[in-house]
Amino acid sequence: MKIVACIKRVPTTEAQVKVSADQKGLDTAGLSWMTSFYDELAVEEAIRSKEKHGGDVTVLTLGPSEASKDVREFLARGADAGVILKDDQWHARDARATAKILCARIQKAGAELVFLGKLATDRDNGAVGPMIATMLGWACVTDVVALELNGTQGSAKRETEQGIETVAFALPAVITCQKGLNEPRRANLKGIMAVKAKAIPEESFEDVPNQQQVQKVEPPPARKAGRIVGEGAAAVQALVDALRNEAGVI
Amino acid sequence: MQTEVPGTYTLPNIKHAFDLMEEQRMVRDMVREFALAEVAPIAHAIDEEHRFPEENWKKIVELGLPGIPFPEELGGSNGGHLSYVIAVEELSRVCGSTGLTLAAQVSLGTYPIFKWGGEKLRKMYVPKLIAGEYMGAYGLTEPNAGSDSGGTQTTAVRDGEQYVLNGAKCFITNANYAGTFICTAVTDPKLGPKGISAFVVPRATKGFSVEPGEKKLGMRGSDWASLVFQDARIPKDHLLGPEGEGFKTFMKTLDGGRISIGALSLGIAQGAYDVAKQYAQEREAFGGKLTALQAVQFKLANMALDIEASRHLVYHAARLKDAELPYAKEAAMAKLFASETAMRVTYDAIQIHGGYGYSREYPVERMWRDAKLCTIGEGTSEVQRLIIARQILRETKGA
Repeated sequence: MKIVACIKRVPTTEAQVKVSADQKGLDTAGLSWMTSFYDELAVEEAIRSKEKHGGDVTVLTLGPSEASKDVREFLARGADAGVILKDDQWHARDARATAKILCARIQKAGAELVFLGKLATDRDNGAVGPMIATMLGWACVTDVVALELNGTQGSAKRETEQGIETVAFALPAVITCQKGLNEPRRANLKGIMAVKAKAIPEESFEDVPNQQQVQKVEPPPARKAGRIVGEGAAAVQALVDALRNEAGVI
Repeated sequence: MQTEVPGTYTLPNIKHAFDLMEEQRMVRDMVREFALAEVAPIAHAIDEEHRFPEENWKKIVELGLPGIPFPEELGGSNGGHLSYVIAVEELSRVCGSTGLTLAAQVSLGTYPIFKWGGEKLRKMYVPKLIAGEYMGAYGLTEPNAGSDSGGTQTTAVRDGEQYVLNGAKCFITNANYAGTFICTAVTDPKLGPKGISAFVVPRATKGFSVEPGEKKLGMRGSDWASLVFQDARIPKDHLLGPEGEGFKTFMKTLDGGRISIGALSLGIAQGAYDVAKQYAQEREAFGGKLTALQAVQFKLANMALDIEASRHLVYHAARLKDAELPYAKEAAMAKLFASETAMRVTYDAIQIHGGYGYSREYPVERMWRDAKLCTIGEGTSEVQRLIIARQILRETKGA
């Protein structure tokens, strides 16, 4: 079975993100990057599916040349191939354009099963996975926390706001991964040494313009400073007063 | 990037000036992540409990760390000595005991069999040592022969197809978990150091026993024990290298081992510096942060300087070994400078912490106790100076 896992390069969780001068996106100068957390789960689940049911895993990303570092890490963990659709503006693409570009490459790979994170930890859209499934006319199961495959049939548990929902589906399918699905492995030494010289091809693609135009990006408003109402037992009355009359929470 | 260590401290990413190869960077990042997630959270507890963390050793084996510098046909990954010492450094940054465990397993427990064991012993033992079936130990030190290893008193007498060993070894790292013990014994007392031979002693040998080790100042999460030979019979094919060359073999083993003790020292020093710097940036005194005080700034500057210099020396020695160039002098320099750096840096790290540093609630006193081993194990600082002097005087003669 051909399996594709899609990953996205996002600013690290510790990065001090700044809005660009034109207020249309991020100022990427000096930003540090990492693979989006949920995409790590996606690659891990792809590798586990291969280990259980056979096949091979391709890690696919729309991103810059530097993404080879991320792809190589997943090859060391057990993925079979990596493809970078070279794009220095990947972070500025809307979900539809991203999905269309990835979709074309997924079809070319002849994949039957595609894994993505439930969302990328940059814009938190969570839209690319369902869009790919729609464009391909495949089944789509989102927010998956447990997955079973049996031939061309699958069963998944998905996390919803009401509780855990168990669904059945038929392959081909797109699965988006939620925390709890698996614990991503570490690459071991053999994996690292096996991929050190492996070439990760960069490919071009047919461009897809954004439909969504970002008008303005603003940082969240600065939080108001807190207030210390007093110290010790003497402050209790003032605190209760503030909580009741100002904050209205008690 | 800052990474949170549960219950302890954060670990800033080191920006290396070194041009690491891609796989060396991957090894560093992987071991760093493992050290933070699995080693740091128990470092304090295993020190308090004098406990060898078997659970973490299993994980270290699964990651392939004991096989880094060995060829693939023996189960290793052919990753080179630089990757190996980087792994030791990253483990030691959060737990000296864990760094020491790996260093002793690779450089002392496995490398001599790989290098001098010949086809038979190499195939018999090295794959098992790499796969974690058992650990490997190395017995040179005796109750009456430490730095003066030429004064070895354990004897080995040839009797037909066997050697009969009698004597004792002490302070032997990883011994309680070891399946093989590489040991020196005198085969010809008339020849002095040239009458010393090396043997591979399997654990199940009759007349051989492992006795409990003493309590230690530091490195309490690292295992050690004493070895006793009472008419222990070793097959003659378990002689490591030619008879009478055991001393030479051991000296060469220690040349390599010293690079890893340099890396162990470097990791401890870096770890102590990380926490001291963070503490100084947070602690308020005299109306500001500690880092506003020049007395503290100068301490931090000296720490950073010594650590940077140590890293250059340790990585350089490892690169020489990888390039199969002579490295005895550079290894001794790296070990000496890095271990004395670890002593200075951990000492100052406690000083910066003040009373909190003296408390066992903070990690710096553990790091200081762990660092002391590095100026003694695999040759004291004094022995390193002897080796360096011997090498440089030889160079002058040749010039």
